[in-house]
Amino acid sequence: MSQKSIRQALNEALAQEMRRDPTVVVIGEDVAGGAATEGQRDAYGGVLGVTKGLFAEFGEARVIDTPITESAIMGAAAGAAVTGLRPVAELMFSDFFGVCFDQIFNQAAKFRYMFGGKAKTPLVIRTMIGAGRSAAAQHSQSPYHIFTSVPGLKCVVPSNAYDAKGLLIQAIRDDDPVIFCEHKLMYDLRAEVPDEPYTIPFGEANIVRDGDDVTVVALSRMVHYADEAADTLAKEGIECELIDPRTTSPLDEDTILESIERTGRLVVVDEATPRCSIATDIAALVADKAFAALKAPVRRVTAPHTPVPFAPVLEKLYIPSPERIAATVREVRGYAA
Amino acid sequence: MQLNREDLLKAYRDMVTIRRFEERVQEEFSKGGIPGFVHLYAGEEAAAVGVCSHLGPKDYIASTHRGHGHSIAKGCDPVLMMQELFAKKGGLCGGKGGSMHIADLDRGMLGANGIVGGGPPLVVGAALTAKTLGRGTVAVSFTGDGGSNQGTTFEAMNMAVVLKLPAVFVFENNQYGEGTGVGYAVGSHDIAGRAGGFGLPAVKVSGDDFFAVHEAAGEAIERARAGGGPSAVEVDTCRFYGHHSGDAQLYRGKDEVRRLREERDCLKHFRRRVGEAALLEMTALDAIDAEITALIDHAVETARAAGPPAEADLLTDVYASY
Repeated sequence: MSQKSIRQALNEALAQEMRRDPTVVVIGEDVAGGAATEGQRDAYGGVLGVTKGLFAEFGEARVIDTPITESAIMGAAAGAAVTGLRPVAELMFSDFFGVCFDQIFNQAAKFRYMFGGKAKTPLVIRTMIGAGRSAAAQHSQSPYHIFTSVPGLKCVVPSNAYDAKGLLIQAIRDDDPVIFCEHKLMYDLRAEVPDEPYTIPFGEANIVRDGDDVTVVALSRMVHYADEAADTLAKEGIECELIDPRTTSPLDEDTILESIERTGRLVVVDEATPRCSIATDIAALVADKAFAALKAPVRRVTAPHTPVPFAPVLEKLYIPSPERIAATVREVRGYAA
Repeated sequence: MQLNREDLLKAYRDMVTIRRFEERVQEEFSKGGIPGFVHLYAGEEAAAVGVCSHLGPKDYIASTHRGHGHSIAKGCDPVLMMQELFAKKGGLCGGKGGSMHIADLDRGMLGANGIVGGGPPLVVGAALTAKTLGRGTVAVSFTGDGGSNQGTTFEAMNMAVVLKLPAVFVFENNQYGEGTGVGYAVGSHDIAGRAGGFGLPAVKVSGDDFFAVHEAAGEAIERARAGGGPSAVEVDTCRFYGHHSGDAQLYRGKDEVRRLREERDCLKHFRRRVGEAALLEMTALDAIDAEITALIDHAVETARAAGPPAEADLLTDVYASY
């Protein structure tokens, strides 16, 4: 057990699973880097260094650099998964799903059902989400709701290093295609992480803090903003129950519903855009299954229905802030019919 | 690869099975027994059989929307296939896939595919598995002239070359992408030449001639198996039916199909070749014809009599675990 960043936790999960199982391979653009150059191999180790060092230990047969051709990467990973490997493919930015979605949602996601249950597709797609780096409209989105809406895909959205390691190992051992969404601003975020391998089951939310006044459900980086808001609110006497679902598919409905039964009030915080999102999905879930327990309207704190802006001043407005979350919780807490 | 008597009989049997299967599917589709769409392979049999006769059950293929021929050539059971087309529970995919998603992983058949250009990247993956695990197997993608224009196909060929994978890209040029001529849609008018531009050996052969396909595919597959990397084979072929069953085929010339059936029928060519060279007796071939007609009759009867999936099957097989 020691303090590790999310980057280190993910790297450790990959290395340990690759040691345990020779069918686990890493494939993507610059997962090592430096091929056919005068410089060094493993020059990148993934653009943000998550796969750094794997090349030295496992070699080019299992740490596979590819051309910048996302359809071929996702298709190769899907085809390899259904024929006996356990590929961990990297889709560098989740925004790039636009050029390769067929291989993910028409092929990998559907093999098992279309083929009458006879296919196993143990595929992990690691991908980067999130705004906050002025990376602008095509490198900043959080489209996990799109993956979540596809039957056959599982979707993981970790918020801390401990969860990141346990959920990635679970994803690699899972026999279904899993989209693993890593927030680009959290790679250096540290937590206590066991040195040995461990798994965290999918569909089990983490209750980050207990409280009886308002239930707050938040994902990925928004868990930390919601926690910050809850600290502020606690000083005002408002106790939030903060729930991190950790996986959006499967979704731990029970933990959310049980909390609502107690608090009667819900705020959902989601960095993604507001329409047809995880926030609307959870709002609908609660309206459907816990209507009688509700004491106030369900409120969502999300990005606006716009592309992600480049200008820092606009991007700051785009991302839900602790202040907006706190203000929304106060409003919900103070609501009287 | 030298073809012995058994090889020749098997090749003929597989080609006839595909032909009779497709003819009966056309008939049964017209009668209304088969839901959805079917895309028939009749006329192209020498391509599937010429290639797949070099493959074993551990080799993989990925197919297209026109996938019945590849499935049969790769060893899928026509009786189970027919049940799948009829949407029956006993079908190859439990009635949940249908004509466009027939798959049989036990026989290395990675699926017909409803997406044009969907298969080539998957074949790169199957070849990657073969190479990574040192299986000594190969993976073959069947793609049409239409799919040859897709970006996924280009990406797949490039990646197969980059990673030196045991993959073979077979392009079945049947002259039409749906209802548009290949002379319009393939800008270079040369699918093999374009494939060659990716840095892999590429040849063009006549799909009328089983022996030509067999020889070209044999070289490509042997090269892949020996670690020599990917190749491409363009098969110049023709389809006897429309894009899909029920297609009015207004884009075709008058008499075109009759002429193709007369001049370019790969089954007729095969019979003539083996007859002239005295490799097989016509009686042996006639016996196969009769045997296959009976097999397909049996397949249709079985499919008609079989039951549909249970209502509970709607919700199964979507995740291995959840």
